Amino acid sequence: MTAIEQQTGAEVLLRALKEQGVEVIFGYPGGAVLPIYDALFQQNAIRHVLVRHEQAAVHAAEGYARSTGRVGVVLVTSGPGATNAVTGLVDALMDSIPVVCLTGQVPTHLIGNDAFQEADTTGITRPATKHNYLVKRPEDLARVVHEAFYVARSGRPGPVVIDLPKDIVIGHAPYMAPAQHGHRSYRPVTEPDPERIAAAVALLKRARRPVIYTGGGVINAGPEAAAALREFVALTGFPCTSTLMGLGACPASDPRFLGMLGMHGTYEANLAMHGADTLLAIGARFDDRVTGRLNAFSPGSKKIHADIDPSSINKNVAVDISIVGDARCVLRALIEAWRADAEKPHAQALVEWWRHIDTWRTKDSLRFTQDMRPGAVIKPQHAIRRLYEITRELGRETFITTEVGQHQMWAAQHFRLEEPNHWMTSGGLGTMGYGLPAAMGVQIAHPDALVIDIAGEASILMNIQEMGTLAQYRLPVKVFILNNQYMGMVRQWQELLHGGRYAESYSAALPDFVKLAESFHAVGLRAESVDDLDRVIREMLACDRAVIADIAVDPKENCFPMIPSGAAHNEMILGPEHADHAAEITDEGLMLV
Amino acid sequence: MPSDSPLRSATISVLVENEAGVLARVIGLFSGRGYNIDSLTVAPVDESRTRSRINIVTTGTEMVIGQIKAQLDRLVPVHRVVDLSEQGPHIAREMALIKVLSEGERRNEALRIAQAFRARVIDATTGSFVFELTGATDKLDAFLDLMRPLGLAEVSRTGIAAIARGTRTI
Repeated sequence: MTAIEQQTGAEVLLRALKEQGVEVIFGYPGGAVLPIYDALFQQNAIRHVLVRHEQAAVHAAEGYARSTGRVGVVLVTSGPGATNAVTGLVDALMDSIPVVCLTGQVPTHLIGNDAFQEADTTGITRPATKHNYLVKRPEDLARVVHEAFYVARSGRPGPVVIDLPKDIVIGHAPYMAPAQHGHRSYRPVTEPDPERIAAAVALLKRARRPVIYTGGGVINAGPEAAAALREFVALTGFPCTSTLMGLGACPASDPRFLGMLGMHGTYEANLAMHGADTLLAIGARFDDRVTGRLNAFSPGSKKIHADIDPSSINKNVAVDISIVGDARCVLRALIEAWRADAEKPHAQALVEWWRHIDTWRTKDSLRFTQDMRPGAVIKPQHAIRRLYEITRELGRETFITTEVGQHQMWAAQHFRLEEPNHWMTSGGLGTMGYGLPAAMGVQIAHPDALVIDIAGEASILMNIQEMGTLAQYRLPVKVFILNNQYMGMVRQWQELLHGGRYAESYSAALPDFVKLAESFHAVGLRAESVDDLDRVIREMLACDRAVIADIAVDPKENCFPMIPSGAAHNEMILGPEHADHAAEITDEGLMLV
Repeated sequence: MPSDSPLRSATISVLVENEAGVLARVIGLFSGRGYNIDSLTVAPVDESRTRSRINIVTTGTEMVIGQIKAQLDRLVPVHRVVDLSEQGPHIAREMALIKVLSEGERRNEALRIAQAFRARVIDATTGSFVFELTGATDKLDAFLDLMRPLGLAEVSRTGIAAIARGTRTI
C-alpha cells in the first residue's frame, strides 16, 4: 500500500514553488492568503519580503527578475490586494519580465457572490498578463503552478497570475512534479530557420551603411546573448545602437556603440538609423519612442527583424527578412553563418559610413555646460555624470534603477553601462514609482552590491512607503533624487508643445526629504549647489544604510536631443548648447537621404 | 497607422484548449486592439470536450490580418490558427431561425419562397411560421430581404462555421 500524502493546498503550493527554484517571495498578507502565510511561517526554504503596497511587490519581483534572469514571485491577497498589483502586472507585460503572481481569492462557493474582498481577478488581469489561471479543483493546483512558471519564462517572458480560492489552499491536495513533455498548446520557437539566417547574412555582407538595432530581447535571452552581440559587432565592425530596455548588452565603452536611439537618443544613433541601407533589429519591437514618424522611419533601408515573438514582426514596420527565434540562438547562428559565408563585405563603404558617423559624433549631442563656481545651480546631467564617475572609481558591482521622466532619460544618456542585467527601468508602461521597489528587489537578489534608484521628486513619492521595507530588511539602497520641483518631462512637453501652460506639473508641498529619510530610519542628505555635489555623492555611497540624497537641480533644464512626436529621426531638436554651432556643421551636408 | 491599403474579409479558425476563459481571452484580444468581429462561433470539437474550435470572420488590411493571426497564435491556450480565406477553397455556412407573422396571401407567398430556398418549416400556427435555413451568408441575407415585406418578425442567426475543402485539416 502506498502512503497517500495528506498535504494542504498551501503546502503543495510551497512545495511546487520550491521545486521551481523559488527562493524569495515579495508579498503582503490578507484574509484569503492566511493559510499560505501560515505554511510559509513553518518552513525555511523560501524567504518572504514584506512590502508596504502590493504594487511595490510586483515591481520588486520585476527588479529581482531583470537583475538575475530568474522568475520573480509575488503573493497578495484577494480583492484590493490583487487590484493593487495590476499596475505592476501591466508593467511586466509591456517590458516582458517573467513574474508569477499568486493572488488569494474567496472560497469557490462564494465566487460571484460579491463576498468580502472579492474581485474578479481573472477577468481584471486577463489583458494585464501573458496568461492567468483560477484553480477550482485541488488536483489542478500543482500542475498549474508548474505550468505558470513555464509560461512566465518561455518564449517572450511575461507575468502570469494564479488565483487561489481559500478553500483550495486550506483543503488537501495531491502533489505532482513538473510535466516532462512540455505544454499541450504553447510551444514557442527558439531556434531560427537556417535559410532566413543565410539570407540575412547575404544581405548584411552587401551592406554599405549597416546598423544593428538591439533591445530588451537581448537582455531577456541571458548574458550569453549579450556576449554573442559583442562578438558579432567585433566580427562585422558594424555600428550598434540600443533601445532604453536594451542598454548594457553592448558595452557603452565599445567604440562601435552609438548610444541609445529614439525620442531622446543621440544625434549619431538617430541619423545612422535614418541613413542606413541595411537594418538588423534583434530583440527590439520598433516602439513609437524609437521610430518617430513611421512613414519617415529609416526610409532607404532593407530591414531584418529577429524576435522571439512573431506578432512583433511586421506590426509597425514592414520588414524584408523576418527571423523568429531567441536572441542568443539568432546571434550565434549569424556569427557562424557570417564566418562560413565566403563573400567579403564592402570594407571601403564601411570606412566611409564610419566617417559620416564620426562627423555626427562631433556634434556631441549630449553636451551640457555646468557652471563650476561655488553656489552655482546643479545641472541634472552633471549630477548623473558625477554619480557615474564616482561609482566607477569605487569599483563595486553597481545596479541602477530609475523612476520615469527626464531623470530617466538623463540616466540612460549619461550613466554608461558595460554589462547587461544592471539596468532596471520601466520602459513600455513608464510607471512612476517603479524605481524604489525595483531597487529593493535587486538588493534582495544582490545583498553585497551597490544599488541606486535614480529618481525624480514627483516619482519617488508614488511608492515612498517602501522606505519601510528598506528599513525592515536593512537594504542599503541609495535613492538619488534629481529634485527640480516639477514633473520634468510633463513640464518640458508643456513648454515646447502647449505654449508654456504648466498645468498641474509643479511639485507643490514637497516634503523635507532629509527628515523623511530619517523618519524611515534611513540617512538623509541634501546638495543645494554644485560644490556640495561630490561630497554628498561620496557620503551616500560610503554609507552602509539606506540613503535618500535630495539633489536640487536646475528646474528649467530640458532633455535633448528630442524627436517631438510626429517628427522623423532627421527632424530631431538639439538643445540650446547647439544653437550657435549651427553654422559650423550644416545638417544638410551630413544628411545622406 | 493610416491604411490606404485595401481591406479584405478573413475567415479564421482557431483550435483552442477548452478551458475556462479562453473565449473571453480571444474576444478581449479583439476589443483591446480594436479589431473587428463580423461573426464568431465556438463549440467543442471532440467527444472528450478538451478542445474547441472558434470561427471568426474579421475585416482589415493585409497587415492587420497578419497581426490578428500572430496575436491569436501567441495566446497560451491556442493550438492552431488557420486563415481559411487565404489557404484555399473553403466552405462557410451559417444557420438562421426566422419567424414570419402574416396571414392570407402574404403567408402563402412566404411559404412559396421558403420552398424555393429549401428552408424547412419547423414551427407553424395559423398566424406564424418559423423557418430554418442553412447556407452561405448571402443566401440567408437574400432570404431575409424577401421576408421583410411578408411579415418578418424575428431572426436568430448562429454566425459562420467554416472548414477547408479537401483533405486538409486544422
